[in-house]
Amino acid sequence: MIEAGVSVIFWILAFIIIVSALAVVTLKNIFHSALFLILCLFSVAGIYIMLHAEFLAAAQVLIYVGAVSILIIFAIMLTSNLASERIVQSNKNALVAFFVCLMFLVTTIVLINKTGVWNYTSGVLPAENIITIGKLLMTQFMLPFEVVSVLMLAAMIGAIVLAREDKA
Amino acid sequence: MFYYLGLAAVLFSIGLFGVITRRNVIGILMSLELMFNAANINFVTFNKFILNDGLTGQLFAIFIVVVAAAEATVGLAIVLLLYRNWRGINTDNVSIMKW
Repeated sequence: MIEAGVSVIFWILAFIIIVSALAVVTLKNIFHSALFLILCLFSVAGIYIMLHAEFLAAAQVLIYVGAVSILIIFAIMLTSNLASERIVQSNKNALVAFFVCLMFLVTTIVLINKTGVWNYTSGVLPAENIITIGKLLMTQFMLPFEVVSVLMLAAMIGAIVLAREDKA
Repeated sequence: MFYYLGLAAVLFSIGLFGVITRRNVIGILMSLELMFNAANINFVTFNKFILNDGLTGQLFAIFIVVVAAAEATVGLAIVLLLYRNWRGINTDNVSIMKW
């Protein structure tokens, strides 16, 4: 098994990601959860940089840390009287959910461990990350690119229609 | 590579736990973002270590980021609508779609 690139930085990032993700799903205060979500997404961007995906890391910081987190915090503030400490934020099936997720996790890790037929390669990724991605987007993946842009337009119109005040 | 996949599996399980246990719709959306990120880590890992004749995996990760942004937009619009109509965004209150 090739274990390239696993270093101290990876363990630090993994520790931050897991701790902040646990904080996201368990904290009582939903606003603190949103702040930990930002930390988690930022560390995932660090993982992308370790995997030589520089453009994706930049997009992650811009879209997730910039836009989606602001959107979530905005929604939390608009519904602010529900975010106080005394409201229970989790429901009764936490114990069952814990065991289900633990079983899922153990199964996945055992499967990953047992699969020995990965076609490893020692080659390097193309050096010009952004240039290659741009060329792929404009040639081979033209159709998904256009479909995604139509999806963005539909989501934008849908959000506006949903959140509009009804005058009638 | 095993460590990257394991990290993604752990992150996905935490997100799954959050989706099941949260009562707040915004909490569920945040856990969903965690699960999207786990999938993205998998894509980028396979692109790095397995048969890399290009950047296809990273490209699909970018598509996932875009779709997640659209999903968050529509989801939070629905949250605001629920809040306006029911004065609360807990999932057990909103049961008119339940048969």
